[in-house]
Amino acid sequence: TRSVQVAQRTLVASRRRAYHPNVLPSLISTSSPEFKAKSEALDALVRDLEEKFAAVRQGGGPKAAERMRSKGKKLPRERLALLLDPHTPFLELSQLAAHDVYGESLPAAGLITGIGRVSGRECMIVVNDATVKGGSYYPLTVKKQLRAQEIAKEHGLPTIYVVESGGAALPHQANVFPDKEHFGRIFYNMAQMSALGLPQIAIVHGISVAGGAYVPAMADENIIVREQGRIFLAGPPLVKAATGEEVDEETLGGGLMHSSESGVTDHLARDDEHAIAIARGIVSDLGKAGSRPVPPPATPEDPLYPAHELHGIVGTDVRQAFDMRDVIARLVDGSRFREFKKEYGTTMVTGFAHIHGYPVGIVGNNGILFSQSALKATHFIELCSQREIPLLFLVNVTGYMVGSKAEKGGIAKDGAKMVRAVACADVPKLTVVVGGSYGAGNYGMCGRAYGGRFLWMWPNAKVSVMGPGQLSQVMAQVSKDPTKHSSLKDEIEHQSTALYASARLWDDGIIRPVDTRDTVGLALALAARERGGPSGSVGRTSHTTWDGDAKGYGVFRM
Amino acid sequence: FSSLLPSAHKPLFDKILIANRGEIACRVIRTAKKLGVRTVAVYSEVDSDALHVRLADEAYCIGPAPSAESYLRIDKIIEVCRQSGAQAVHPGYGFLSENAQFADRLAQEGITFIGPPASAIVSMGSKSESKNIMSAAGVPVVPGYHGTNQDPEFLQQEASRIGYPVLIKAVHGGGGKGMRVVHSTSEFRDALESAQREATKSFGNADVLVEKYIQRPRHVEVQVFADKLGGCVSLWERDCSVQRRNQKIIEEAPAPGLSSELRADLSEKAVAAAKAVDYVGAGTVEFIFDNDTSKFYFMEMNTRLQVEHPVTEMITGLDLVEWQLEVAAGNPLPLSQSAIPLVGHAFEARIYAENPRNNFLPDSGQLLYLSTPEPTHVFAPSLEAYRIPVPEGSSGFTPVHNTSAAIAPTMRLEQGFEEGAQIGVFYDPMIAKLVVHGQDRTEALRKLRTALEEYKVVGPSTNIEFLRTLAGNQAFIDAEVETGFIPKHFNELFPPVPEPSHEALAQAALFVVLRDHPAPSTPSPWTTLTSRRFAGDVYERTITLQSEEASASPSTVHIRALSNGRFDVTSHTASGSHTFANVSAHLASPTAVTASLDGALVRTTVVSQSPPANVPASSSPSTMERLHVFHGGRKTTVVLPSPEWLLSLGGDVLGAAKGALRAPMPSVVVEVRVQVGDKVEAGQAVVVLESMKTETVLRAPTGGVVKAVGCQKGEMVEEGRELVDVEPEEGDA
Repeated sequence: TRSVQVAQRTLVASRRRAYHPNVLPSLISTSSPEFKAKSEALDALVRDLEEKFAAVRQGGGPKAAERMRSKGKKLPRERLALLLDPHTPFLELSQLAAHDVYGESLPAAGLITGIGRVSGRECMIVVNDATVKGGSYYPLTVKKQLRAQEIAKEHGLPTIYVVESGGAALPHQANVFPDKEHFGRIFYNMAQMSALGLPQIAIVHGISVAGGAYVPAMADENIIVREQGRIFLAGPPLVKAATGEEVDEETLGGGLMHSSESGVTDHLARDDEHAIAIARGIVSDLGKAGSRPVPPPATPEDPLYPAHELHGIVGTDVRQAFDMRDVIARLVDGSRFREFKKEYGTTMVTGFAHIHGYPVGIVGNNGILFSQSALKATHFIELCSQREIPLLFLVNVTGYMVGSKAEKGGIAKDGAKMVRAVACADVPKLTVVVGGSYGAGNYGMCGRAYGGRFLWMWPNAKVSVMGPGQLSQVMAQVSKDPTKHSSLKDEIEHQSTALYASARLWDDGIIRPVDTRDTVGLALALAARERGGPSGSVGRTSHTTWDGDAKGYGVFRM
Repeated sequence: FSSLLPSAHKPLFDKILIANRGEIACRVIRTAKKLGVRTVAVYSEVDSDALHVRLADEAYCIGPAPSAESYLRIDKIIEVCRQSGAQAVHPGYGFLSENAQFADRLAQEGITFIGPPASAIVSMGSKSESKNIMSAAGVPVVPGYHGTNQDPEFLQQEASRIGYPVLIKAVHGGGGKGMRVVHSTSEFRDALESAQREATKSFGNADVLVEKYIQRPRHVEVQVFADKLGGCVSLWERDCSVQRRNQKIIEEAPAPGLSSELRADLSEKAVAAAKAVDYVGAGTVEFIFDNDTSKFYFMEMNTRLQVEHPVTEMITGLDLVEWQLEVAAGNPLPLSQSAIPLVGHAFEARIYAENPRNNFLPDSGQLLYLSTPEPTHVFAPSLEAYRIPVPEGSSGFTPVHNTSAAIAPTMRLEQGFEEGAQIGVFYDPMIAKLVVHGQDRTEALRKLRTALEEYKVVGPSTNIEFLRTLAGNQAFIDAEVETGFIPKHFNELFPPVPEPSHEALAQAALFVVLRDHPAPSTPSPWTTLTSRRFAGDVYERTITLQSEEASASPSTVHIRALSNGRFDVTSHTASGSHTFANVSAHLASPTAVTASLDGALVRTTVVSQSPPANVPASSSPSTMERLHVFHGGRKTTVVLPSPEWLLSLGGDVLGAAKGALRAPMPSVVVEVRVQVGDKVEAGQAVVVLESMKTETVLRAPTGGVVKAVGCQKGEMVEEGRELVDVEPEEGDA
């Protein structure tokens, strides 16, 4: 019977794999010199990326880790691992935040954020890394936490704050404290999300002082570790200065006091592990709060071609063209792609596919954007919007066509149509920059400003106002000082790298090309979640972010 | 009797009642079903779900759990006979099987007792009377002097008559006191005086008796069967020498190393013994066999079907319960002595809930997991082919069929319980009997060993591992059996418990890892992309495993997820580390892990045993999750240590109940000696419990006043139940 089962399985598999008109062919030659050269170049970039990742995972380093351990504490990543369901995925965000920004090492901006499963539910998890500058908030730390909250809000996820932080980094207070998107916004978001029925849970593992004290205080339900977690608006030195009172930290804001007297905390834990066990219990009792997962409508299938070939297809030189279909063939279920308007506006590739069983409309670049390409993309975005199919933008764009012919053809108004459609499309949008993202092409291809649910970059990706070739020529014409010209060119090139962008949170992280399918699949699963509500209403109810909000597109310039 | 016409055959009963429980009740029901006889089960309140109740055609509850209030209630059993219309009662063994009063009462009620007449039970019930009857019938008894004459001169003469070595034993003695072994007449006087002195000091009475001392005794018994027409046969002997706590643990037939003359002599004497008391039905005549002289002496006769009857069935190819029913119905014995085969060799191993390493103390608890080897037979395989009629006139006590013809090894399983059953505190802790039959002793032992390896129990501790060691012991294989076998070979039978192997640890850890995988209820990537990490991260997990001895240092197993279902597994123990690279592993069932370890594909049973939910966590392994790994033919038990915070919480609960007395094991409350408000001293006995026929006295942990009593006499209490709470006296805390 075993051999029969095997035979049946093979039969089923082969039936599923039978040739289909939508299956993308793979015409690349993996033994060609160009392929090998491209592959080697991108391999090197990925290796470099992995080294950087590995360094970031060490947090503040072994000394700081040892100091934490000696106090009986778990390390931030150990806390994270205990919190997550065993053997489930974790979609970490912006690991390279603050890389080479402050002139001092601030791995991951001192904050680990990401989405993972806790007690069977996808949650946004925000972990202070106390091994990095005591977990204090630099401007990019704040930005990273706000971004995590934004993602949680958009997807209806509960948020768990794993707290151990001394609050704002005082030397940076001017860039941390006062503005709209600064520290205060964290608590504003907590209030807003709680109001939207998205649970806010805090675990206080260590110090949580001043502004930081409001994270547990604003949480719906919180936990504190006894003789370890401390919550107070002002620490003993400040108290002494202000009132003359002499008091120790434990008396002032210890777990026992807050759990038995002040009522600031709800659960008193024995140690880190216990606190996390309580948090997992809380998540298992969240009832109907937050959104609900929706299984994929189709059976997931692996692509027909191996993902590692992406390196040799794309390479690292943005001037070397490639066919986006070769990328798509390595991302989508069964490598099946039902192309739309294949023969029209051929520098744009549009069509329908599935990733991990979830439907997705793909908008990809195959060259410069002409009027026809822009119109085709606009049409396709409207289709997806009407059908509620999420959009995936695969970006490799040098920009919209320039020149008198193009201008006469109305490239400005056609480009604007595409930008408007992207801005107002009533579906979740995901962006992966696989090559260049230049100029207005960045807008049309759902750049950071266009409210996509997630934006990731490959390590070879570039983002800037124009391509390096054009840049040199423009500079040569407008600049009178050639020395300045060359240094500006270098600076702009440096600023256009994925690393530079990711360090500043212009994206949600750099991903390895081979991880693209799984990363996008997880994001599509999040995007497919249904809003809960008192009436359990589903479908196109009012969204917490724009995503079109069923308001249409405004005025297209015809 | 072979001349009897078929029409003369008396019909069997239409319906019988089985006044027993467990495996023997199931055993009797099976034969009854085979013969088309309807069956009536009786059960106590705790046995309502028992296997024998489900197998029987009808079942009646006859009272609460204690056997005195149920299985020993003659009146209730007779009432059920009337109610159900059962014409006969099979008593099994134990309970009422050797109760003459019961046999009498049934006779008065016109119900057939499937067993001997009451008179035979009475005769054999008294040790001294039975010995006198046997001496008169020419059956040898242990030579000795049991009289009142205590004159030293006379006793020494008696000793010489008996023959040295002799044993001087205080008449009122016990526990080895007042006992002396004397090897020669020159030693006799000194030994006698010293024995008498000790006896006077210990028992206030100097009287002694003198008996033949047997240095290397064996326990050999003969299965006899008699009908109501005067027929009586021997179904050959069994050897039950290997015993612990004076109870049999492994039995075999035939007894190894007996000459056919000796066998014939034993059988002849056993039949004479049965005939001397007009025996009817199945009985066993027990002899003490002197290994050094090959002489045997009558000990006692068991007037019932015995636990170990299946080994006799295996070598004779007969169904003894069927014979019992035939005889009880008034039919002659189905076979004459000369037609009874003796083929091959059989063993029975009794699987008990007990702890061999703790002096075989009985254990109790639920059979959380039970997986047994697949039996080849339900009844003894028929040996019809070996039954060659012998010429009339032969004594028949020499089996002529003892042949070395090849027979395939067979195995039978006699069980009375299924997975989930409670091996209770009220009854015998025997779980099952494993019966094997082979061409010869070596073949049978091999079959026994493999069957024991495949017998997997989780719940109470069992003697399976011990039985397997015993069955593989060289002295046992060489048939050097004697009643002192276990103490003599103690060191070989109880080797030090080995450290868990890397394989066992790896599989235990893989089990934990795999069972913690979320079952992909939906194919969402959030469930299907197990352990998926990005940005070069790798999912890793370290599992700490401890042996049951808290003192041993814990082992850790580090597991690194490679891709779906593949892992690098590194096990670290006190004696070293081992890495299994690229292990492909999955859960074949909720209790089985399949893994490729160093290239070998192994399927291992791993059973998780959760601690009782109501017992606060402590450092005791019984409050932690235990994993039972059946690997390489042995069971390795490892503990998943509770995290510190859980121990800390448990400590609070335990600390708060400082004066509380908890039941240390599931037991029956025999006596509650205090009431609420009583003042007690520290160490004062407050509750007496009984578990597995052993009494435990619980004493006040502290002096004070009884605040609460949480149990009452006769009640069954679970492990961890708070029985009495004593409020410590002020200043005493």
